[in-house]
Amino acid sequence: MHGLINKAVEAFVHDTYGADAWRNIACRAELEDPSFEAMMVYDTVITPRVIECATEALGVDRGDFLQNLGTYLVSQPSQQAVRRLLRFGGVDFVDFLYSLDDLHDRARLAVADLFLPKLELREHTLNQFSLTVRSDIDGFGHVLIGLLTAMADDYGALVMVEYGGRQGEVETIAIALLETAFVAGNRFELGARA
Amino acid sequence: MLAKAPTLEWPALEAAFDILCPMHLRLTETGHIVHVAPTLKKLRPDVDLTGMRFLEMFRLDRPRSITTMSELMSRARSKLHLELREAPCTALKGVLVRLPKGQGALVNLSFGISVVEGVQDFGLSSADFAATDLAIEMLYLVEAKSAAMDASRNLNQRLQGAKLAAEEQAATDTLTGLKNRRAADQILETALLEDRAFTLMQLDLDFFKAVNDSKGHAAGDRVLQEVAKIMRAETRKGDVISRVVGDEFMILIEGSAAKDRLKDIASRLIRGIEQPIKFEGETCHISASIGIARRVLGDWRDMDALMQCSDRALYASKSKGRACATFDEDL
Repeated sequence: MHGLINKAVEAFVHDTYGADAWRNIACRAELEDPSFEAMMVYDTVITPRVIECATEALGVDRGDFLQNLGTYLVSQPSQQAVRRLLRFGGVDFVDFLYSLDDLHDRARLAVADLFLPKLELREHTLNQFSLTVRSDIDGFGHVLIGLLTAMADDYGALVMVEYGGRQGEVETIAIALLETAFVAGNRFELGARA
Repeated sequence: MLAKAPTLEWPALEAAFDILCPMHLRLTETGHIVHVAPTLKKLRPDVDLTGMRFLEMFRLDRPRSITTMSELMSRARSKLHLELREAPCTALKGVLVRLPKGQGALVNLSFGISVVEGVQDFGLSSADFAATDLAIEMLYLVEAKSAAMDASRNLNQRLQGAKLAAEEQAATDTLTGLKNRRAADQILETALLEDRAFTLMQLDLDFFKAVNDSKGHAAGDRVLQEVAKIMRAETRKGDVISRVVGDEFMILIEGSAAKDRLKDIASRLIRGIEQPIKFEGETCHISASIGIARRVLGDWRDMDALMQCSDRALYASKSKGRACATFDEDL
């Protein structure tokens, strides 16, 4: 699994539960180095092991943990890059939803060896969508629920996102769009100066 | 009989063009601006451009020779490089097409490579670009790649730091494979602590700087490697050879060796080092000066004192005209 994903889990635990909590989890998961390198590739067994150790150590529900991770990735000021790169996907929330189909390829354009889960959006009615998530990490759909909810907030849209379960490698998420412009979302400057 | 197609009026056409090319302009035959598309308006929000002359607003960078409207009209369909005359003087790319029957011209503009500054300077959003324009994808890539590059640079810097730390911890000089100064100091310290008899030889290369300066660092590195080889060949296994710094070496010879034997080792070392060294078709000539300090059992001198003695002997060799060895005890 790519270091960027492992680093995201590490940053989430570190920022949410503190440095001691992360050290404890890194120790439980028997990591050689408690600090992941974002630009290195790690063995695929490590990510699930870290998630398992984290939920055990923190005594939290796995689904909740992953969903909060998704929310963190978009709303945490230190993770601005993720929010910005996702916002490039669309002018409004629906446009953004359609861009999710390309997320896998977009990620690889930026970092050639980063393989994100493959997503596929289906439009049932004008405001009813479902998203299928194909990933070898069980529960990745929960990350997306957190991420989609936070992105909806960012766009100022009002949505209901629900987990539809996992079959084999595929998870389903139901998205109901109640209002596209519920509140004024956060501004998105195309050319934000660093 | 063919039905005659209804003629479209400019307002309807321009409304369509505003969506397809939101950075276009329509000019009269004389080069006066009659229509400005919405995104282009954002480049000069406080000025009404209609009625102004195109070449007053924009300066042609390439082809530079163009200063009049008729010259510009003659460059229809070819790529134009231009910039706004007033700050921010954003660089733009453009192309002009002439309209039939002397109805003027259409000019379409784009930011080209200056799109990153363009969106910053004018606070543009996705909606300011045509849906087919790759500008947004380009901005995405620029940002994603810089984020990835930052992360990589970060990793590289940390690896570089780790490498330096590891080198500092290491006992070997990577170029010659000899012991480094750190290791030599430790060995010397132990030998003193255990009160062993040994001989300290300090060896400086003569004329090495000339080789480095005239034939380059690669030649210099090669010379140092050759010298290391000679020193290994002329000493025994238990002796410790180290490269202290640059072209300075230190040899620790174990046991209480006779003066004649040490003299013999020193002259063999100098003779070996004086052999011409070939490097990429060139020949390097160097020599060596040596200072020798012997330590006997129960010697009172500590490491610094001992090194001062061998150093003094080394400088005596140098002042005698180099390429020789001197015993500290003879001074």
